[in-house]
Amino acid sequence: MTPGASHELERPPQMQPVVRSALLGTTIVMLFATTVLLQMARDRQALTAMPRGQVLYVRSGALLDRVALSYDALLADVYWIRAIQHFGGTRRSTDVGKRYDLLYPLLDIATTLDPRFTIVYRFGAIFLAEAYPNGPGRADQAIALLKKGVRSQPQKWQYLQDIGFVYYWWLHDYVSAATWFRRAADVEGAPWWLRTLAATTLAQGGERAGSRMLWEQMFRTAGDDWLRREAERRLVQLTALDDIDELARRVQDYAFRRGALPESWTALVGTGYLREPPRDPTGSPYVLDPRTGHVTISSQSALFPLPTEPPPLPSR
Amino acid sequence: MRTSRVVAIVAFNVFKESVRDKVLYNLVFFAVLLIATSLLLGKLTAGQEVKIIKDLGLAAISLFGVFIAIFIGIGLVSKEVERRSIYSILAKPIRRHEFILGKYSGLVLTLLVNVAIMSIALYLVLGYMSWTEAEEFKRAWDAPAADPAMLKAIALIFVELMLVTAVALFFSTFSSPILSAVFTFGLFIAGHFNADLKHFEGVVDSRVAASVARGWYYVLPNLAAFDVKAQVVHAQPVTAGYLGFTVAYGFVYIAMVLLAAMWIFSRRDFK
Repeated sequence: MTPGASHELERPPQMQPVVRSALLGTTIVMLFATTVLLQMARDRQALTAMPRGQVLYVRSGALLDRVALSYDALLADVYWIRAIQHFGGTRRSTDVGKRYDLLYPLLDIATTLDPRFTIVYRFGAIFLAEAYPNGPGRADQAIALLKKGVRSQPQKWQYLQDIGFVYYWWLHDYVSAATWFRRAADVEGAPWWLRTLAATTLAQGGERAGSRMLWEQMFRTAGDDWLRREAERRLVQLTALDDIDELARRVQDYAFRRGALPESWTALVGTGYLREPPRDPTGSPYVLDPRTGHVTISSQSALFPLPTEPPPLPSR
Repeated sequence: MRTSRVVAIVAFNVFKESVRDKVLYNLVFFAVLLIATSLLLGKLTAGQEVKIIKDLGLAAISLFGVFIAIFIGIGLVSKEVERRSIYSILAKPIRRHEFILGKYSGLVLTLLVNVAIMSIALYLVLGYMSWTEAEEFKRAWDAPAADPAMLKAIALIFVELMLVTAVALFFSTFSSPILSAVFTFGLFIAGHFNADLKHFEGVVDSRVAASVARGWYYVLPNLAAFDVKAQVVHAQPVTAGYLGFTVAYGFVYIAMVLLAAMWIFSRRDFK
């Protein structure tokens, strides 16, 4: 072996361990930063949006109950969260033909996995009964879900009250509503006002005062922040309906005295009918249609859309 | 006296080894993290956050415990045989049944510490929930947030974990770690479907098949009986009688499996 060849086989100089670690660390950080930059660059590249299908792979709650072993209650929580996401996502969607097809199956599975999951029955019924497009408008499914809750917990008078509520508010069937309120009142430990509610429903069904009483009771017995906020929102909507009635009366009075509809709220303010342009309880201005004199709520308002009020009882 | 001292020494060594095991630390870390993040998960739901956090916490205690029991339990004996360290251990003044009992007690001690840490974390999270929630909404809860009754569910989870550990150790005395894991996991699943075997006549017409199934109902460990999580979360009664019989059943079954493990291990030839 020549002296030159021996020199070639010498080990290269070793890097200091600290320097090597620093170099490695810096390389890892740089690579990570590159992945972040690449992600950001890729996100700016538009891809054709693919429709996201709504799929529920397992529809049998009974099967899931078995497969979940001893973790069925946890799985029920997962399905409840999925139901909320499905409802909220579909509600916010601007698609024309949006559908809430998975809502009932998800709620049904959640209550099969945990038959005592109170909030799923109570809030699920509110979701299901909500009129389209803000909900699926399936009062029948809301009642079916609540009846399932009654079978699971017959002592839970709140489910019976909620069934009566669906009959009252969404189906406008005051006789059935009163029957369910009475059934709720018959449950041991149920509050006394359920009997009053049943009587009031028969006497004042369809009147706003009756609706207000119903929501006030829902507000008082909510037992949960979400339910309470929903009842509160409905009560504020009823206040807005009262405001609209009063404003419409003033617009008609203006038209009767002046012979023409007001062009805007300014006309009513200028003539002393109003002190200032009216706003709804959330602070959004009410909308006046100068062609028809129709007063309504702003589509930007947190109260939009206002509920369709139940028709009054035929006898009155 | 001597036996218990030897068992304690082996058990303490198993515990030390488990604590040194990074996988074990990770499991505890993730369990605590899971319970803590359950606070965030609760915010995703419309109400009954406390119920969901209880479900998640109890399920995490059970699930992480099962993973620890199976994946560490299956290596308790077989790892010593594979490493050939069993020769030096058995050369010492230690009887084979003391070795098995020590290994079992060590892992049970590890599980006890794990379950205790996870339970404390769960109670802290629930205590915080209770502290921050308005009194009027608390009245609508099925049970108080930091409900002492949850300890019933945790106690039964722990006895179930002891049983699963015993089963894993039993398979570990004569089988490879992979096969032991498969067998133990299989028994864990079968144990949760066990109640179906009791009423098998409703599924098949054959009386013989129904009788065989009923026989298996008594042979296989009935793990579903240890699950009272839903009951305590919904404040349903779990009587002292039920607890007593279930715990007694668990202890007797564990004793039976451990005796079988000791018998098999005592007959193994390591020459």
